[in-house]
Amino acid sequence: MNLNATIIGQLIAFAVFVTFCMKYVWPPITAILEERQKKIADGLEAAERAQRDLNLAQNKAADELRAAKQQGAELIEQANKRANQIIDEAKDKARLEGQRLITAAQAEIEMETQRAREALRAQVAAIAVAGAEKILGHAIDQAANEELMNKLAAEL
Amino acid sequence: MANSHEVVETAQTASEYVQHHLGFLTYGKHADGTWGFAHSTEEAAEMGFWAINVDSMMISLLLGVLFLGLFRFCISKATSGKPGGLQNFIEIIVEMVQTNVKNTFFGKNDLVGPLALTIFCWIFLMNTMDLIPVDIIPMFAQWVAGDPHLYFKAVPTTDLNITAGFAIGVFILIIYYSIKVKGLGGFLGEFAFHPFGKWALPLNLLLELPGFFAKFVSLALRLYGNFFAGEVIFLVIGLVGYWQLPMHFGWSVFHILVVTLQAYLFMMLTIVYMNQAHQTTH
Repeated sequence: MNLNATIIGQLIAFAVFVTFCMKYVWPPITAILEERQKKIADGLEAAERAQRDLNLAQNKAADELRAAKQQGAELIEQANKRANQIIDEAKDKARLEGQRLITAAQAEIEMETQRAREALRAQVAAIAVAGAEKILGHAIDQAANEELMNKLAAEL
Repeated sequence: MANSHEVVETAQTASEYVQHHLGFLTYGKHADGTWGFAHSTEEAAEMGFWAINVDSMMISLLLGVLFLGLFRFCISKATSGKPGGLQNFIEIIVEMVQTNVKNTFFGKNDLVGPLALTIFCWIFLMNTMDLIPVDIIPMFAQWVAGDPHLYFKAVPTTDLNITAGFAIGVFILIIYYSIKVKGLGGFLGEFAFHPFGKWALPLNLLLELPGFFAKFVSLALRLYGNFFAGEVIFLVIGLVGYWQLPMHFGWSVFHILVVTLQAYLFMMLTIVYMNQAHQTTH
């Protein structure tokens, strides 16, 4: 084993290779590693933020859903109430209408009766006069007996 | 592999086989003044300091280029989005290094990360050459060169020159940043005035200086020793005939651990030493 100039050659090669490594190998690789680390950190942070946003959104959605359900229930209740009210109103109206119809019909009936009675009375007067004429054999002075006839008709 | 090798080289004894595998392809000045490859380990030793181990240097450079090329290739297609298979693999390595640097290095220096990454990946690749059967690459080199006696060592970390090259590089950085952060006085003061104050200066030097140079030794020699020993054991296993197959398997599996561990250790020690260099309180 003898030392010779190889030691110097190796020393020079070592210096050159380390310099090359320092200039062209180490910086780009460490830069890439750092960049990736940053990317991963950013990604994790973004994921965390997204998770947080998701939770918020879920909470919000649940709140909205609850509010909507409540509102829906209120609306249904209101609608039911209103329906009942409408039914009641309709019933009242129908009852009133019926009453009114009945009253009107009764009034008409009354009126008709009255009218019939009037007509009958008039005819009875005429018939009575005619009968009396027949019985008496002559015409009764209508004007003289008018009062009597009317009295008779009124009694009918 | 050793068997086929021995069939070709029938005259080669076991010790020659191991010796041959431990030799380097050394290029330098021969004793007669001409330049060329050494033909034996003795010849290589005679070339003195101004010779170069072409095999370990070449594989070291190839693996370094492979490492940087692979990373650059990956970066060219890299995204900060969903990473693909190769990018994932590279990011795992870079993140491992980054985490270790963050946990161990408390100063502020952009060099430490790339330094640790280069050391880990490069040494890991060099160590991994150990898992390739010991004869394949030398035989390939011999075939390419057309010389059956060519020395060729495939694992650069079994060459003390390579591990020492790393260690010296780290050592220079330690000294540079120590002086930069603490000043020359502060740096030298650490040796002279700790741990016993200025009246025990020789004792302090005696305690601190070996500790300082032990950093170098622990970086260079530990890695070299581990892989030199591992290589020798692979070679010895290569000599035992057909029984080498299960033994090779066992030793290789064990070596997977050593390969990774030694690369990791070199990286961690570098980070620790750099941290000490940046620490103002001793």
